[in-house]
Amino acid sequence: SVFSCDKKLDLLPTNDITSATVYKNADGYKQAFAKVYGSFALTGNQGPAGNGDVQGIDEGTSDFLRLYWKAQELSTDEAVIAWGDVGIQDFHNMNWSAANPFLKGLYYRSLYQITLANEFIRQSADDQLSSRGISGEDADKIRRFSAEARFLRAFQYWVLLDLYGSVPLVTESDLIGVTVPKQADRKTLFNYVESELKAIEPTLAAPKSNEYGRADQAADWALLARLYLNAEVYTGTKRFDDAITYANKVIGSGYSLISNYQWLMLADNQQNTSENIFTINYDGLRTQSYGGTTFLTHAPVGGSESASNFGISGGWGGARTTKNLPNLFPDYTGAADKRAQFYTNGQNLEIKDQGAFTDGFAVTKYRNVNRSGAAGQSLDFADVDFPLFRLSEVYLIYAEAVLRGGAGGNLGNALTYVNNIRTRAYGNTSGNVTSISLDFILDERARELYWEGFRRTDLIRFGKFTTGTYLWPFKGGVANGKSVEDFRNIYPIPTDDITANPTLKQNPGY
Amino acid sequence: QTRSITGKVVDENNQPLTGATVLISGTTMAGAADLNGIYKINGVAPGTYTLTASFIGYTSAPQSVTVGTDNATVNFSLQPSSKSLNEIVVIGYGTVKKKDLTGAVTTVSSKDFQTGNITSPEQLIAGKVAGVSITPNGGAPGAGSTIRVRGGASISASNDPLIVVDGVQLSNDGIAGAPNALTLINPNDIETFTVLKDASATAIYGSRASNGVIIITTKRGATGKPVVNLNTQVSASVLTKEVSVLSADQLRDYVKANGNATFQGLLGTESTNWQKEIYQTAISNDNNLSVSGGLKNLPYRISVGYLDQKGILRTGYLNRASASINLSPKLFDNHLKIDFNVRGTASKARFANQGAIGAAISFDPTKPVLSGNTNYGGYFEYLDSDPSSATGLKQLAPRNPVGLLEEREDKSDVKRSIGNLQLDYKFHFLPDLHANVNFGYDASEGKGTIVQPDFAASSFRRYKDANNVLHSGVNNQYNNKVLNTTFEGYLNYVKEVKAIDTRIDAVAGYAYYDYKTTITNYPDLTTDGTVVSSPTYPFDIPRNRLLSYYGRLNLTIANKYLLTGTIRRDGSSRFSPLNRYAVFPSGALAWKIKEESFLKDNTLFSDLKLRVGYGLTGQQDGLSNYAYTPYYSLSSQTASYQFGNTFYQLYRPIAYDPKRKWEQSATTNAGIDFGFLGGRLTGSIDAYYKETKDLLAPVNVAAGAGFSNTFVTNVGTMTNKGIEVSLNAQVVRSKDVAWDVAFNATYNQNKITKLTFVNDPNSTGIASGGVSGGTGSSVQRIIVGQPRGAYYVYQQVYGTDGKPLDNVYVDRNGDGSINDKDLYLYKQPDPKYIFGFSSNVSYRNFNLAVVMRANVGNYAYNNVYSSTGTRNSILNPLGYLNNGSTNVLESGLIGANDKNVLSDYYIQNASFVKMDNASLGYNFGKILGGSAQLSVSGNVQNVFTITKYKGVDPEVNGGIDNNIYPRPRTYVLGVNLKF
Repeated sequence: SVFSCDKKLDLLPTNDITSATVYKNADGYKQAFAKVYGSFALTGNQGPAGNGDVQGIDEGTSDFLRLYWKAQELSTDEAVIAWGDVGIQDFHNMNWSAANPFLKGLYYRSLYQITLANEFIRQSADDQLSSRGISGEDADKIRRFSAEARFLRAFQYWVLLDLYGSVPLVTESDLIGVTVPKQADRKTLFNYVESELKAIEPTLAAPKSNEYGRADQAADWALLARLYLNAEVYTGTKRFDDAITYANKVIGSGYSLISNYQWLMLADNQQNTSENIFTINYDGLRTQSYGGTTFLTHAPVGGSESASNFGISGGWGGARTTKNLPNLFPDYTGAADKRAQFYTNGQNLEIKDQGAFTDGFAVTKYRNVNRSGAAGQSLDFADVDFPLFRLSEVYLIYAEAVLRGGAGGNLGNALTYVNNIRTRAYGNTSGNVTSISLDFILDERARELYWEGFRRTDLIRFGKFTTGTYLWPFKGGVANGKSVEDFRNIYPIPTDDITANPTLKQNPGY
Repeated sequence: QTRSITGKVVDENNQPLTGATVLISGTTMAGAADLNGIYKINGVAPGTYTLTASFIGYTSAPQSVTVGTDNATVNFSLQPSSKSLNEIVVIGYGTVKKKDLTGAVTTVSSKDFQTGNITSPEQLIAGKVAGVSITPNGGAPGAGSTIRVRGGASISASNDPLIVVDGVQLSNDGIAGAPNALTLINPNDIETFTVLKDASATAIYGSRASNGVIIITTKRGATGKPVVNLNTQVSASVLTKEVSVLSADQLRDYVKANGNATFQGLLGTESTNWQKEIYQTAISNDNNLSVSGGLKNLPYRISVGYLDQKGILRTGYLNRASASINLSPKLFDNHLKIDFNVRGTASKARFANQGAIGAAISFDPTKPVLSGNTNYGGYFEYLDSDPSSATGLKQLAPRNPVGLLEEREDKSDVKRSIGNLQLDYKFHFLPDLHANVNFGYDASEGKGTIVQPDFAASSFRRYKDANNVLHSGVNNQYNNKVLNTTFEGYLNYVKEVKAIDTRIDAVAGYAYYDYKTTITNYPDLTTDGTVVSSPTYPFDIPRNRLLSYYGRLNLTIANKYLLTGTIRRDGSSRFSPLNRYAVFPSGALAWKIKEESFLKDNTLFSDLKLRVGYGLTGQQDGLSNYAYTPYYSLSSQTASYQFGNTFYQLYRPIAYDPKRKWEQSATTNAGIDFGFLGGRLTGSIDAYYKETKDLLAPVNVAAGAGFSNTFVTNVGTMTNKGIEVSLNAQVVRSKDVAWDVAFNATYNQNKITKLTFVNDPNSTGIASGGVSGGTGSSVQRIIVGQPRGAYYVYQQVYGTDGKPLDNVYVDRNGDGSINDKDLYLYKQPDPKYIFGFSSNVSYRNFNLAVVMRANVGNYAYNNVYSSTGTRNSILNPLGYLNNGSTNVLESGLIGANDKNVLSDYYIQNASFVKMDNASLGYNFGKILGGSAQLSVSGNVQNVFTITKYKGVDPEVNGGIDNNIYPRPRTYVLGVNLKF
């Protein structure tokens, strides 16, 4: 018949393969699983750029960390940026709208990783494994992969509920292209994240027993501790007891601070396994993008800074800090508190023009050099791994939860943990404290964790993000800073998703 | 004893045709008509002769006369020749007489082509066809053009028309190493362009016809003695206009007035005009030789050509050798007609590094070209103040424009052959029935190398190996092979049925197209061969196929009423079996009013015809080949992820749309063809309405519902409506002077009417039109209610002095803050009106021709202004100075904010009038004792542009003007010798 030629129209791609081929054995599972992780670090399937995961945003800016960092840091006293990318100044000026490209990028990046996790979890279900003839050790390995995919998904839902409030909740039971994702409120999301983290706990690897770069039970507990610390913001209910419980579990797992604070964010920081609980892994040769720690090692280099000190071939002349951060330290040079890593030569402490790199101190915390000072593998892409969780934060969670009245801990331990941090910072006990307060904890978090993506969440928890009780240069777009409307404690749902998914309701104020 | 032949020569209005020549065939005896149209040839021996009368623009039938004992009298009445209604027009799968056309079809034949240094065929008809815009993509050697027929019908799929060369449907995909695919066809081999515009004409091409169809017919052999045609041209191209940037002194003044001591310390003492350094006067030559004739019953045409074109951007060139053979024998008492074409092209090109164009605008003019030392090839570069810098170079600074040109050898070597064998067999037992089969191929291989020496600044020490050794330079290659094959076969039945005074012309056929590319992937290497990155896969073979059945029925009733119906069913490998096939029907009706009795003898009208047509066409070009089905793709090695000490390449699920299907355009067309005064004035007017449904457009996918947040699917609706007018007039016909003019005008309005599944009045559409000067900034939107690419910008506020106020915009929504809610829609890049005008005057042996074009209502975004014309761009914080547009002196803008690039200040009226071409030719007539004909011509292309636009050239594809390779002005001298 005339239709016998129909088969001629069945053509297959040369290189791309079907899901049946990908998931035919444990090795294929691992490469699909690696994508679930890799979507943290990379912008797409072509390094450094050229085949992006997230559309509608400049690919170089579309990775998780660069976007998350902008949303968490540029909106606060810790960071300003010189560039003119559309929407980038909205963060510090605190006048972002639902069309902000970076807020859109982060939202889609987080939900993209969730979608990948969902797919992987579906493909790893027991019936799928048995239908593919995978059993025994291989099946156990894949079940652990699946638990880690659930961890990554929970982490991203935590990001979304922290930044965007109510977002669509999709799980492995929502098939691709079939269901319209339904919005869940913050409380529902909180409960979901909590229940997921608890459900996967037994399947995850014991602390420090997994391959480098993969999540284990300590990561799970650290995220629970962080979640509970902020529970009051998210749900209105205090959960400081639980924060202490899970902080204790992490602390009891044998972690310890590395000896030198200034080694935290270096090219060979994969050595920092005693302190780092869970990292996003970057590699100058094999995990290349223009985001992540490549961004963090390039963006703050400009003015008269020597790029070779940063192990890079040249800076991007963008990011600095307002005076509020250096002013938290006893001196700007790091003579006493070695955590003060600022470049001040030719830089003005005061910011007159956010667009001028020399206004505001540059931050030298992230450098693509080894402990020895030798440059990383590539001068264009950083080797520095980024700790999403490290011990210092857990110490500070413990201390803050105790100060906020959480049960199950005590002030003595809190003081010990804080002084552990400060002893390392000073190189001796000269900086140790004998009493701590909540305000001290906020400042100590800035000193210890600045530029690591915590500041916005911290300021909100302390009621200082939008209010007039705490100001910084150009907060709200004016030189001396001003308060802004409270609705800005939550970012808007991006316009694009409101259009695409008519069931979504925009956050108030936008 | 001899006699004389005398008589009168008149035109169709019985007016004397002074200057007409009457010649006795086979002799040199001739006479010329005087003021009264009377001619006389003396000294004619008795005998029988054939006489022909000739006059430019007229034809006559030869007349026979027998001269006996008396003088003979022969009178001639000549008819205007141009735009002959009996002209045969090529349509899909057949031909038709121009007067019997039912659709909107325009033919341009070689005598009406643009002339001069034309290297890409489509430029031959620029400005010649109503409804067709041909915008050059820039001035690089062999650069192609963007062709839009009636505005194009798509957003995400292709807007390029289907191009058919001698029955071979070309793929619109490019060829690696060729500036554009059409460049590989020698323009000198082309006989006609036929543009099918409305659906009743194009629907026979079904799924690929939504954007119009351009049929190119190449030259054929004839019968008789061989005719040799030799064409040679030499041309010189020059830059017409530099981008207006600060001179060295202006920059020094500016920095002293605006910059602090640090910036002032960066100033140099030289005065370099970087644009002068990168451009040159480019000398090119083009030689073509053809021989055509008939060898017994075998008509043939053979041609060879050689083009040597230099670019005005130094280092760039295109050398192209081409050859073609056409054989068109008729066998078995004309029952079998064979048409055989093979053409081959070999081109060698070097692509000048176009990065130098932007660098020449922004590179500091106070610096010298050469540094005086041997680093970086001796070129001045911005150096890092840090002595331990790995490269010694200032990162992110522009590189020396001359170095960029000289230190990059981007060379290609492309071979292409297109050929077909068409057999048309008229059945012996049923001569009304023809069988026609056509086998065609289009094969090419494009390969090339990109080499940068190890001292070139742009790739200096770009890669550090595992031993911490730095490697420099580039030594890369590419190779693509394309093999596209076509089979088409149809039966054609033509019958005059006297009983019902009807002519039936029916066609039914089958076609199969296979488009296959083989891409070899190579590693990225430094000069010393160190591997920087390896390809994920060694090769890729993207491929797609189409399979079609089609039919057409033409009925001509009483030579007055013409009916055409076509139908085509296409299948495409790009769609899932569920949506693989689609049917594209069309119908048209034409009424030759002139043939009605009430007009038959009317002398005012020489032609009057009404046409109406409707049809559906489809579109699937420009879509990825396999996106209907779920696949996983493997990441590159540089996008691996580390677990433990192992790096894993990633399997990523690809977003797919199992329901993806054909875009469909429904076009209604109504037209009128008319001719007055015996054909001295002819023209046509067409009005059309085209609605494209199931438009493939990017939609935002609900987050979490798919593997991509935007997705190309069948969601939109778009309309194009317009009017086209074309007029041709023979303005003057006299003894020495013939003047023809042609004019066309097009009005097209493009509008997107639907873009989302759920109607959302608040949607701000899809961002498009990325600009430089702010990462991720786009200034255009695809949005409902607007034409494609409408600008979406802030409304600039101006001071009392008329200058734009820095970072002050109108708070259009009045909420007290300026953010994206204050962006508004302002103007669009596509012209509302397009005009074309050609004039051709002959005076004796001289010929003067001009072609002009105008676009009205188009706006362009001046990205040169916005990215370079601000204080912050000149005094940038990275430790070097940029040069900038002189606009900074007028605007005084600082540009410290992220909204500056989105200001409507940069959207400028880009309406223009251009003279594309002016040529003056002289025909020496017969030389060398009549055995040869010689003509010479001088020609200027891109003669002048009248526009308000502030950039270099208002003609900007897509509407964003940023460092386009400037189109040169070209002076051409040509000689044509025929013998």
